[in-house]
Amino acid sequence: MASARVETKLWVWQRLSAAVLGLCVLIHLGMIIYAVQDGLSAAEIITRVSGNVLWFVFYAVFIVAVAVHAPIGVRTILNEMTNLSQKMTHMIMAVLCLIILVMGFRAIIGLYQAGASL
Amino acid sequence: MSNTIQVSVWRGAEEGEFQTFEVPRQPSQTVLDVITYIQRNIDPTLSYRFACRVGVCGSCAMTVNGRPRWTCRTHVDKVAGDGTLEVAPLRNLQVVKDLACEMTEFFDKMNRAEGKFHPTKTRDDDFDFIKPDDKKRKQASAGIECIGCGVCYAACDIVDWNKDYLGPAALNRAWTLVNDERDGGNDVRLAAVAGDAGCHACHSQQGCVEHCPKHLSPTHSIAGLKRETAKAALKGLLGGDD
Repeated sequence: MASARVETKLWVWQRLSAAVLGLCVLIHLGMIIYAVQDGLSAAEIITRVSGNVLWFVFYAVFIVAVAVHAPIGVRTILNEMTNLSQKMTHMIMAVLCLIILVMGFRAIIGLYQAGASL
Repeated sequence: MSNTIQVSVWRGAEEGEFQTFEVPRQPSQTVLDVITYIQRNIDPTLSYRFACRVGVCGSCAMTVNGRPRWTCRTHVDKVAGDGTLEVAPLRNLQVVKDLACEMTEFFDKMNRAEGKFHPTKTRDDDFDFIKPDDKKRKQASAGIECIGCGVCYAACDIVDWNKDYLGPAALNRAWTLVNDERDGGNDVRLAAVAGDAGCHACHSQQGCVEHCPKHLSPTHSIAGLKRETAKAALKGLLGGDD
């Protein structure tokens, strides 16, 4: 069993990231609804987000929030539903966090730079 | 309405089986009346527990047609529309015999959650003056009527899969003391109720709220504990490196 302190802090981090995600998801969904009005194409997406610092910052925040929120939840599920040790579930949490960060930032950096190659 | 009722009653301990009895129906008959009839007129070896018969002591809780209830406050008419009853011991507790459960773990968890008063004054000190509309007093009052019957504990799915989980009653008790101005034990109490055996294990499914015969909301109390333990953690009060 993890200490009360660790468990409580993870809970706080998950709630904080949930609050950020709530806002991000609303903006993200709103943007999708707005963007598909004229049909959706890769070129159109790239035109909007490429080189745009504001969109880059927005999605960077989004990715960090996901990278904090989801692995903590997965850890809780693993602790409850499997016999894996605390050490193992902590490790899985950390690896999942890294994967989300790497994949997410690879995607938004790619999109940020994509306009230059169009 | 048939003149009799078919009652399946759990016999044995952890291992056992249901035994069916036929019991005469009476007006305003409670499930406890039915069990008592069986024990006094059909099979005196039937074991069960009760004391007050009027919803004060909380000792007669059993599983009636799949739901945890006080048998003394459950009318047969309300739960046995088709003329059949199934009475089993409470879930999540070790069965001693037939319908009687071992309650030790349930009450031990009240202690583990620091559900005891930590006094801060002596008899020589003046009273604490706490106004009736004081916010913390209201929070404490909302949960204070628990009589420790174990219905919420039996209704809780988290207790079912995590045997270390303190459970709704113990956490509700801790929350009433967190809000007690006269109590000085909150540092140790918040450390005791935090973590994956404490308030953070709760999924807010509210089985406890649904079944509590006193209409209390342990889920609300547990949410309060989550807030207070978070504040304590941020202040570095929970301690314990891991």
